[in-house]
Amino acid sequence: MMDIFDIYLLEAIVNGILLGGLLALLALGLNLIFGVIDVTWICYAELVMIGMYGMYYMVQYFGLSYFIAAPLTILLVAALGALLHLLVIAPLLSAPPINQLLATGGVLFVLQSFATVAFGIDFRNLGIRLPVLQFADMHFSYARLLAFAAALIGMVLVYLFMKRTYVGTAIRAIAQDRQIMALMGVDTRRIYIITSALGGALAGLASCLLVLQYDIHPFVGLSFGPITFLVCVLGGLGNFVGGFVAAFVFAEIISVGGLFSDLEWGYVLAFAFFIVMMFIRPAGLLARRS
Amino acid sequence: MLVVEGLVKRFGGFKAVNNVSFKVDQGEILGLIGPNGSGKSTIFNMLSGTFPPTSGSMTFDGAEISGLPPHRIINRGIGRTFQIPRPFHRLTMFENVALAGYFGQCRHSRAKADEAAERALAMVGLPADRSMSVDGLGAAGLKKLELAKALATGPKLLLADESLGGLDDTEMEQAADMLRKIRDELGITIIWVEHIMGVLMRVVDRVMVLDHGEKISEGLPSEVSSDPRVIEVYLGTDADATQAAAAQARRPGAAHA
Repeated sequence: MMDIFDIYLLEAIVNGILLGGLLALLALGLNLIFGVIDVTWICYAELVMIGMYGMYYMVQYFGLSYFIAAPLTILLVAALGALLHLLVIAPLLSAPPINQLLATGGVLFVLQSFATVAFGIDFRNLGIRLPVLQFADMHFSYARLLAFAAALIGMVLVYLFMKRTYVGTAIRAIAQDRQIMALMGVDTRRIYIITSALGGALAGLASCLLVLQYDIHPFVGLSFGPITFLVCVLGGLGNFVGGFVAAFVFAEIISVGGLFSDLEWGYVLAFAFFIVMMFIRPAGLLARRS
Repeated sequence: MLVVEGLVKRFGGFKAVNNVSFKVDQGEILGLIGPNGSGKSTIFNMLSGTFPPTSGSMTFDGAEISGLPPHRIINRGIGRTFQIPRPFHRLTMFENVALAGYFGQCRHSRAKADEAAERALAMVGLPADRSMSVDGLGAAGLKKLELAKALATGPKLLLADESLGGLDDTEMEQAADMLRKIRDELGITIIWVEHIMGVLMRVVDRVMVLDHGEKISEGLPSEVSSDPRVIEVYLGTDADATQAAAAQARRPGAAHA
């Protein structure tokens, strides 16, 4: 017979897995951009924030159904990603990394300020309240289950695109040698734009899912941007598999760690874990020992 | 097929290529030789679009190609290999070649790209095994892969950059025969850049010699290898190779210069 503590622990572990799927999705987008273009989109979570506002206005203002608004939002944020590349990254491609970092950092503040001015600082939500699933005395929110499933599907689609198409093959390889890629007939600018749009689309998908769990406000990116960044670093920046594993490790620490007192303590433990890991495995969880 | 006129490339105050003109005819193998730093690779880089010429024109099949980006030039039908092979290590050997096939000539058709890759691999004598990694290939294998990648882009003109560096004598002979086979069987015109004269002289139809960015000699292998200016350039740096080349290229009974 299970005692009460075990059920809570199990519930926390399952919730950790659900959170991990979402974190893995966010990390995949950031890793994709870093792994392929060698640029860190500091403003990644702000693209998600814009996508969440997109969902809000489409659902609440134009009265679209959630399932019509979601693909539109994915397209919108994909276009934003491509635009970010064309306007900010492309001119700085051969600039020092610190300049690229500062530029995308600048975009972060521009997007936050834009959202504040355009949408105000009120907390908004879709007004959709999904029920809670009860199973063997444990409670799981449908929003999280849906997010987990959709994140998984999104990641599988990206994986298939990368493995089964030659555009995907070029995306996987281009980071090693941009010059040779061009001499194989590949328009490298086009590959970068496709990659940026794909990174944007992943942010768009994340925003459709997060909007079911979080209220929308101009600074909502701060709730998951830094964690996404830490997950990527923990997995090894640009390492897709590492990011995936790190997302679940991080999510479990947050979820199970939060069990002992507040959820905030889970975050404290996760960040402490991150700092310790940076000393032990600075190149990421899955990095080979040299 | 290719007409180059008054080609100049300046890097700051340094003229890497100075007023070089030449023609390549359909179906010929032109050897391009010269010591290190003579401007051979700079000419290749301009022909393949890595950077534009400072001045001069490059006409391929009647159309100007100077200033076009590399992928456009590849799509027009000029393929290129590199002195130092640069395969993509994250991809399998087959993917390396098929990627070149896909973007080089048959975009939008994966099946056709795979066919082009299979033909190219068969041509250079590498297995079309889809799971083989590039990491097991030796120097000769990597050179073959490099050639297969260039062939998969469906070139009419192949720029072969110092294909023989790092090979032993037998492998060099095989590589030279390979280039001739590519010309004979596929009808691909070739410009072959080398600094070793020996093997090259046996295979090429014509040779052009560069020194300090200028063309100092051009003609049949036998003419060029007995040209006093060419001998002077190679003396002291690569004298043995020059003499070996001269011996190979000389027809029986030809007068010794």
